Amino acid sequence: MSADPAAFRFVSTNRRVREDRRFVAGQGHFVADVALEGLLHVAILPSQHPAARIVSIDVSAALAMPGVHYVLTGDELAAATDPLMNGLDTPNVRRHPLAVGQTRYAGEWVVAVVAESRALAEDATEKVRVIYEPLPFVMTAAEALKPDSPPVHPAHGSNVLLDRTFVWGEVEKHFAASPRKLSFRVTWGRSSTVPIETFGVAASWDPWRDMLDVWASIQMPKYPDQIARALRIPANNVRVHQDVDVGGSYGVKRGIKQTVLVAHLARRLGRPVRLIEDRLENMRGGDAHGPERIFDVDVAFNDDGIVRSMKIRALDNAGAYAGRAPFQLGKPIGAIVGPYQIESVQYRAQSVTSNKAVQEAVRGFGQAPTNYAIETAIDKVAAATGLARIEVRRRNFIRKDQFPYLIPSGSTYDSGDYHTVVDKVFAHIDFASMEKERDRLRASGLLAGIGIAACLEPSGANSSFEPLLNEKNTTTTWMDSCRIVVDALGFVTVTIHNTSSGQGHETLVSTVVGEVLQIDPDLIRVIRPDSLACLPSNSPVGSRMAIMLGGAAFHAAQKLKTKLTRIGAHQFGVADDKAAYANGSVASNDKQLAWIDLVTIAHRQYHMLPEGMEPGLESTHVMQVPTGGTLPKDGRVQMYPCHSFEFHVVLMAIDPALGKPEIRRYVIGHDCGTVINPHIVKGMTLGGLAHGLGAALLEEFVYDDEGHLMTQSFMDYLLPSAHEVPEVEIVHHCTPSPFTVFGQKGSGESGYLGAPAAISAAVNDCVSPLGISFNKLPIRISASAMPSPTRNKANRKSKPNDHRLPRPSGAAEPAGIDPLAGRAIPVDPPDRGRRQPRILLRRRQADPAGVETAERSARPPEMDGRTENRASGGRRLARYVRLRSAGGGGRGLVAPDQYPSGADRDARTALRAARHRAAAGRRARRRSAARGACRGL
Amino acid sequence: MKVDLRINGINRSAEVEPRKTLLDVLRENFLLNGTHAGCEHGVCGACTVLVDGEPVRSCLMFAVQADGYEITTIEGLAPAPGELSVIQDAFCETHGLQCGYCTPGMILAAHALLQNTLTPTREDIAEAISGNICRCTGYGQIIEAVQFAADRLRVANTPRPAALAEKPIVEAK
Ligand code: FES
Ligand code: FES
Repeated sequence: MSADPAAFRFVSTNRRVREDRRFVAGQGHFVADVALEGLLHVAILPSQHPAARIVSIDVSAALAMPGVHYVLTGDELAAATDPLMNGLDTPNVRRHPLAVGQTRYAGEWVVAVVAESRALAEDATEKVRVIYEPLPFVMTAAEALKPDSPPVHPAHGSNVLLDRTFVWGEVEKHFAASPRKLSFRVTWGRSSTVPIETFGVAASWDPWRDMLDVWASIQMPKYPDQIARALRIPANNVRVHQDVDVGGSYGVKRGIKQTVLVAHLARRLGRPVRLIEDRLENMRGGDAHGPERIFDVDVAFNDDGIVRSMKIRALDNAGAYAGRAPFQLGKPIGAIVGPYQIESVQYRAQSVTSNKAVQEAVRGFGQAPTNYAIETAIDKVAAATGLARIEVRRRNFIRKDQFPYLIPSGSTYDSGDYHTVVDKVFAHIDFASMEKERDRLRASGLLAGIGIAACLEPSGANSSFEPLLNEKNTTTTWMDSCRIVVDALGFVTVTIHNTSSGQGHETLVSTVVGEVLQIDPDLIRVIRPDSLACLPSNSPVGSRMAIMLGGAAFHAAQKLKTKLTRIGAHQFGVADDKAAYANGSVASNDKQLAWIDLVTIAHRQYHMLPEGMEPGLESTHVMQVPTGGTLPKDGRVQMYPCHSFEFHVVLMAIDPALGKPEIRRYVIGHDCGTVINPHIVKGMTLGGLAHGLGAALLEEFVYDDEGHLMTQSFMDYLLPSAHEVPEVEIVHHCTPSPFTVFGQKGSGESGYLGAPAAISAAVNDCVSPLGISFNKLPIRISASAMPSPTRNKANRKSKPNDHRLPRPSGAAEPAGIDPLAGRAIPVDPPDRGRRQPRILLRRRQADPAGVETAERSARPPEMDGRTENRASGGRRLARYVRLRSAGGGGRGLVAPDQYPSGADRDARTALRAARHRAAAGRRARRRSAARGACRGL
Repeated sequence: MKVDLRINGINRSAEVEPRKTLLDVLRENFLLNGTHAGCEHGVCGACTVLVDGEPVRSCLMFAVQADGYEITTIEGLAPAPGELSVIQDAFCETHGLQCGYCTPGMILAAHALLQNTLTPTREDIAEAISGNICRCTGYGQIIEAVQFAADRLRVANTPRPAALAEKPIVEAK
């Protein structure tokens, strides 16, 4: 099939996304909408200690409450199930859905209560008495690396989960031969994708059929297998219903612990059981957190800005358990040089456990942080050589004529034309005038800057990072599948074999099958069989579905077309290649058989079929990842098959008095090969970009010194709203991939992979006249500090990174090799103090003064070695809000954010103030609860 | 406690606990599942419904407090089964959603805005939906959807060019 867009009938056309219809009518089918007879509800009692031995658990008072059916502890669950799967070979890092013997992070699930309603279950959790003996804990990766740090898993021996150094090419030689070198550190703060729907799962067990039915808000490869393993039941006793709509995931909805917990309860109680996490359960102990990573980078280059070699050390804080998190250090190996011709790389990947919540897969699977490090390196090379940032990129970019291009770590990039995309973007924005605009803004007293970033989106997910980081793992396929069935009346039904969380897979497969069979995609039904009727799928991870599901659908449709053509040729008495399929019929010379005739022959007239042909009309394709299939060798492997390219340009202004970054213009050049549905690709790009903006400026899971999560509600963990996300201009380019059926590449992570780097670069360009730079995301700008650079520090010389020892990181530091270096401004120190960025304080935030008061008043109680907890730590935000709002009444219940704009301004202000007070109160209450100070509530 | 609600133009009553939110009652008692729970603490807007035409977070309101108010949920917007309102259709046209979880709240917020004005600026729209968090779309196509819906509603409410045909169109010089 040609990749020329003009040759397509449906692919690349602006057709509507078929899934949208049900959602705009409120007719999605989410897990919370699944109605089951006799459903019981689960609420969770979390630990309020970052690390503590569980001395005893007394559930009797909870069990005695009306409506309560069961109270489950970790010991019982662990006896009945196997530990959850580890990605790495770390058998002593055991993870169970409920803590066993010891808790390892504040918020870890300790007890599950099952009751007639969620509210009753929540009430009963407050009656569970747990006695803890606090243990020493460790929060930062740097601390966790120290040999004397308290081990999160004593049986494992240390906190190190992974420490591998790869050397690809002659790194030392290239460093020795390079005239220029620089070193720096950047830190990616712990943030995540935080879908608006929390994770939820419902399960029922049928003892007469030995069948576990599962409905879940899930995006997890090999989900049914993992459930079966943990529950020690045959995999064909597990039936996952894939027709559940997932309210956003972007990687995180892994849901294994929740599912094992609920499935065990369903089996134990003989009733369907459901757990829908509330926001607190989700943020503290669900699959909520993402990478938290420190990069130490050394770059070897010359006076022309040509980068020859790089050393990257990535130290990742995985949280309390292993899970798949460490693999997020592995995937970026497939694009470790970004879009640049860098001859050699040394990469040290370190993952450590800490007493924080577990890290899960997040959009890009580690690629966005890595891109941030690489792009920062390029900007620093530009600063050091005095060359324009774009010029350094242009000089280092892989050229169009070099593809397919083998990078040092073993992956071959399929295709790309980076120079052209950049040229197109620059022509679109008229870069010279953008620079003038920046200078004009600067002259007007603002801090203004331009950020640029170029990066790759490896797509078509394989799982080569598994065998690369874990030698016991020999996986070399990560297939996906499609089946097409044509019924006896000629109607077409296509199956997909996983859940979707907004990616538009139904639109994807109907478009592809419609394209190949030349029939209207709107006439094609798309269904999702339950997992027992499914073909193999590895779920929509790693920007793979356009390539893998689209590819499987394409090949299945081709097989069907071939069968129809053969049926036609047989009737005409000609060789198969003398008949041709077009628009649903098969013709040869002047003879033609219509669709329905072909269908009838296949379904009813066996005597008219070519010899040996199976009756019926059905075709199936299980697709292997293009370029995949080999095990790693010498630390090198082909990671993903396709590589989309994106190029970001941001114009930013910061009012020095407010310290509030404001994006004046945002342009992104995007090349993901052939686009299958333009609406979907645009949505992914814009959504990813907003998400990247959050990671760069707003979002962080922050823990205090006592090991408690401070940003656990949407009032503290700030998701970008319509006010923060700028209008974005997209410049398209299409470099088809030679490895895919239409030339398509992935786009599910676009925007997110480059936006943090670009926004960080823009902020740093803004503050460059002050001689400072920010080296940690999210960037915290202290408003008061902005105008007056006061604190002087001795010039820090650029020194090679010691790749063995951690060093402290700061929110802002003098730019390493900047001639103006030497001046720093006070900023919010990392991991301490007030967390709220003052930037973008639009509407969802409490009055900062109020918050500070509240925090001060919420002192933890003295610890006497043992504490008794009857209240569940950080109890029930949701219910608390319900009680608070009882004080409202009438008009006051209209959320101030949504108060009609025509309304009386005073009323609006008063309401807002009331909400702010309530919010501050809620925080105080929550924090004191989290510290065990509100016993008996 | 008995509560009498008027939901989507129909009188309905239920026996509910006083502490039960409007959100939970809509979903559990009346099986109106289009209203979603996102945060249950008044920030995300997924639970938005209209109370007397104004967007309200149903997670912050007790059902018993809604007694006597006119409540509109997303299920009340479609003119007939299988038929979409202009705003709903506009969201489909511009793909103003992905996972669809925030969408009912977004559409109700947009609906309330367009009840007040058919000539909203981009800022007006951003303001109107700024209390609704969407994690998927980055808002661009949502804003386009509301603009598109406003355009269509405006056109629907103004005389067609055909109706103006008697008057010759004078070109500006
Ligand atoms: S669920 Fe009501 S505002 Fe989030
Ligand atoms: S469409 Fe998914 S949150 Fe808005």
